[in-house]
Amino acid sequence: MPEINVTPLGAGQDVGRSCILVSIGGKNIMLDCGMHMGYNDDRRFPDFSYITQNGRLTDFLDCVIISHFHLDHCGALPYMSEMVGYDGPIYMTHPTKAICPILLEDFRKITVDKKGETNFFTSQMIKDCMKKVVPLNLHQTVQVDDELEIKAYYAGHVLGAAMVHIKVGSESVVYTVSVNKYAKSHISAWIDKCRPDILISESTYATTIRDSKRCRERDFLKKVHETIERGGKVLIPVFALGRAQELCILLETFWERMNLKAPIYFSTGLTEKANHYYKLFITWTNQKIRKTFVQRNMFEFKHIKAFDRSYADNPGPMVVFATPGMLHAGQSLQIFKKWAGNEKNMVIMPGYCVQGTIGHKILNGQRKLEMEGRATVRLLISFALTKRLIHVGKLLACVFCFHTLQLDVKLQVEYMSFSAHADAKGIMQLIRMAEPRNMLLVHGEAVKMEFLKGKIEQEFSIDCYMPANGETATVTTNPSVPVDISLNLLKREMALGGPLPDPKKPRTMHGTLIMKENSLKLVSSEQALKELGLNEHQLRFTCRVQLQDPHSDPDTLHRIYTHLKSVLKGYTIQHLPDGTVMVESIVIKVSSSAEDTNAKVLLLSWSYQVKHRHCPCSRLSKLGQKHNRLKT
Amino acid sequence: MKLYCLSGHPTLPCNVLKFKSTTIMLDCGLDTTSVLNFLPLPLVHSPRLSKLPGWISKDGTINLEKELKDCAGRVFVDSQPEFCLPERELLDLSTIDVILISNYHCMMALPYITEHTGFTGTVYATEPTLQIGRLLMEEVVNFMERVPKAQSATCWKNKEIQRMLPGPLKDAVDVWTWKRCYSMQEVNSALSKVQLVGYSQKVELFGAVQVSPLSSGYSLGSSNWIIQSHHEKVSYVSGSSLLTTHPQPMDQSSLKNSDVLILTGLTQMPTANPDGMLGEFCSNLAMTIRAGGNVLVPCYSSGVIYDLLECLYQFIESASLGTTPFYFISPVANSSLEFSQIFAEWLCHNKQTKVYLPEPPFPHAELIQTNKLKHYPSIHGDFSSEFRQPCVVFTGHPSLRFGDVVHFMELWGKSSLNTIIFTEPDFSYLDALAPYQPLAMKCVYCPIDTRLNFHQVSKLLKEVQPLHVVCPEQYTQPPLTQSHRSDLMLELQPPPMPYRRCSVLNLPFRRRYERVYILPEVSEQVVHFPL
Repeated sequence: MPEINVTPLGAGQDVGRSCILVSIGGKNIMLDCGMHMGYNDDRRFPDFSYITQNGRLTDFLDCVIISHFHLDHCGALPYMSEMVGYDGPIYMTHPTKAICPILLEDFRKITVDKKGETNFFTSQMIKDCMKKVVPLNLHQTVQVDDELEIKAYYAGHVLGAAMVHIKVGSESVVYTVSVNKYAKSHISAWIDKCRPDILISESTYATTIRDSKRCRERDFLKKVHETIERGGKVLIPVFALGRAQELCILLETFWERMNLKAPIYFSTGLTEKANHYYKLFITWTNQKIRKTFVQRNMFEFKHIKAFDRSYADNPGPMVVFATPGMLHAGQSLQIFKKWAGNEKNMVIMPGYCVQGTIGHKILNGQRKLEMEGRATVRLLISFALTKRLIHVGKLLACVFCFHTLQLDVKLQVEYMSFSAHADAKGIMQLIRMAEPRNMLLVHGEAVKMEFLKGKIEQEFSIDCYMPANGETATVTTNPSVPVDISLNLLKREMALGGPLPDPKKPRTMHGTLIMKENSLKLVSSEQALKELGLNEHQLRFTCRVQLQDPHSDPDTLHRIYTHLKSVLKGYTIQHLPDGTVMVESIVIKVSSSAEDTNAKVLLLSWSYQVKHRHCPCSRLSKLGQKHNRLKT
Repeated sequence: MKLYCLSGHPTLPCNVLKFKSTTIMLDCGLDTTSVLNFLPLPLVHSPRLSKLPGWISKDGTINLEKELKDCAGRVFVDSQPEFCLPERELLDLSTIDVILISNYHCMMALPYITEHTGFTGTVYATEPTLQIGRLLMEEVVNFMERVPKAQSATCWKNKEIQRMLPGPLKDAVDVWTWKRCYSMQEVNSALSKVQLVGYSQKVELFGAVQVSPLSSGYSLGSSNWIIQSHHEKVSYVSGSSLLTTHPQPMDQSSLKNSDVLILTGLTQMPTANPDGMLGEFCSNLAMTIRAGGNVLVPCYSSGVIYDLLECLYQFIESASLGTTPFYFISPVANSSLEFSQIFAEWLCHNKQTKVYLPEPPFPHAELIQTNKLKHYPSIHGDFSSEFRQPCVVFTGHPSLRFGDVVHFMELWGKSSLNTIIFTEPDFSYLDALAPYQPLAMKCVYCPIDTRLNFHQVSKLLKEVQPLHVVCPEQYTQPPLTQSHRSDLMLELQPPPMPYRRCSVLNLPFRRRYERVYILPEVSEQVVHFPL
């Protein structure tokens, strides 16, 4: 039995570091190649030695598919392709191809330049890696090779996020990241009822069934507004691209409507660039934004300005979007440290936070935080150096204090799941749409997966798998076999059942299956014999029926002929001059025994084929008995 | 398998293919050359046009003063311009299952087909084709509706009368089927039936046939189509280009192994080299401006204009035209310029790379930003107050029968300082100019048609090796005016099957095999005997 194997190298019962191996119809595909935000060591990248202990991956993988540009889905790509070694095709959508190298470069800078790590991929490696990328268009069927085809669907998670349908022969797998259930509002169709053998889905928010989007938006605006009104500062840690742009649009329109004056800032140099990407790839955003883009581009902001680190100390209310989104490093963390001591301020976490990050800690109610030890050494040195450089010194001293003293978190911590990961409802809807035969969950916490697994198995009665990293889930498939049937045969067999075929009734048909050079052909046996140069052997069945009849042989035959003609209406019955009667292809002869001229022997003979057909044979033999009775 | 040919225009085709019990319409082109028989629709009252004498036959027996006007020896119909529709009597159009659109110029008849024939099927097109097609339809509707004409001339169409009229009216065919432009409501309803497809997407039709669009390199989102079953393959090639302009390059290899290749939309200017024309365009433009005259470029609001603007972007500085204002006037000018920038995945590689930076793919964004190019919805409003001369104006419609271009013809036609440069190949420039004669303005004809020429197409066909080629009859003989040029026709072995309007062709097809599937339960029981 053919089977499909799925092995997560990352994201198996875990969030982050997505990397899933799929073996289907003799092809090996890697889905995503991400990094883990919660680790700084080897565990940051998937364990590619699972694929091969030594040497390059090219021989073991047919293709790599990247679902979207978030680093937990593409962060390990240059490492995999350039350092481990992979030269085959890497597929991603156009927006992903555009944005992914920028985020990778950013990630590299933070790791190498700021944290001083070595043995990491270089800028050149990112460029070389991107050269291996083949861009995907939505709904385009890409033929990776003669047998493997992939097709991307809109997923709506972030700009350019895609669901992929992977197909080999009649076996198929659908991989979806975080399907946004609002994706349906996009002009392109969501996904066809493609009935994959396995649907692999993220389950980050497996237990949450989120309120309506509008509710959450209203809640968000209310909280921001209240904080601003009482003179507090609002920090919104985000990733540079994605939900950040939608929240910007939301605040921009709110500020316009309420005529608010408090400044809104967006940190990092990426902002303008990011917004530009959204502008140029507007066909990949939602319908509402696309519709109005000619009149007014939603991504040109009036109220939102670029952030400078000195602004963080400005008095008065403000809203700052800062990267990264989980408060694990960078500007968002710096600002957080500055503002954390004031209960008037607020931090709004608009997305999921991986375990180990500050974001995760404060969301879990931790109010006292300690800094990492590793940073301490460097900070101490910097501190000593900066005694002479007063203004920098001040800032670093501040960080230093946090380390020695512990950081008291007094500001308000709010969580709003704006992150576009699939929630339980979204996943259920997707299952209803695609009708998979099996379900497989990745990118979620084990406990939450367990809950969703139960729910899916109960509601859809399909098997649901949730393999851990390095564990293989195996699904056996049952593909039907494609065969080329000769049109002549098809027409002939169809005609046997009357003028019109009844699509509801199965019907057996006869033919010869020829397997030749990997192709299967179903032809009539005559054609098969001809093609294969074989002689036909005829198999005939005969039957003798004894009856008493005083007439001469030809008379008996003639009587039989007239009788058959009267009872077998609709069949061709011929009385041939050589002394036989033919009913279709059945031959009837009469002979009398030498001893008793009244005892006649009826000889019936028919071929093997006739027996299987819809034929008058059985009726004929019954008739023979009747005839017998009649005469005696 | 049969092919019904509903249009006689080789570049605005409309064919219907019956294949394995599906009925597929290939393109829905609208022959707009019919409008050349009509008087222009001026935006503001034109004393010249209103004073034209009516036409009365020489012997005085036919008096059509009200309907027909005489201008410089030619007779024009004084009525809202009408279009020549695809043939509607050849087969029952309500039986059409799907319509496949190859590019935005070949869908202009869509509302006539989808709204008035009982059509219940689906239309397939790419996203740029739909969006830009919508803009072009919107533009024509707008041009017609803003200058409503009460009169609808019908008497001249009477067969007996038409016979007596001077040419070319006398020779116009099927005039009874000519129709006025559709309304915006019909456009919206027609376009709501469009389902978007991406290049190389496989669309299953009733499980019998699979259709798939391929990049054709001619315009944004333009496509050729593959129509195939498991054992038969028909390629439909329409409006393709091998030149490096803005769209994604043509996908040639997927056309291989076709049983039948239907070939339409070759260049209308087989002897004009597009690059040479572009050079001539620039030099004539610069010359006129330097002499203090204005330049009028009648054009469609999408397509070649993007290339013209890109060419000018590079040319402006070197020709010291930095201060000359460039105007683009069309109700959809803004939309067209904006839309061109957002279809990154449909563009050529160079332009795609720009988007990755991220920069707008077309340099007209910079022309607009630096105020060198300005766009207006019409000559009314802001334009009239901001307009400076000498200038360059891009505006439609290229037939010179409606749209803002009519106004500029009236305004600038009398001065020999001004130049009109024709770049669109769809209309004969002499016919287009006829109702404006006598004219003092200079005329330059630089038709830019990037579609395949005969040389390119024969190379392509050698490459992809179709068993049979079907094409419009015009391609099987040299053009009438250049009958000695045997290189301006298709010479193939076996010879192509020509079609004309109303032809019904039996395509040479022998279907031998069909694909079926053996159920897993049955296949498990198969015992095989090696021979």
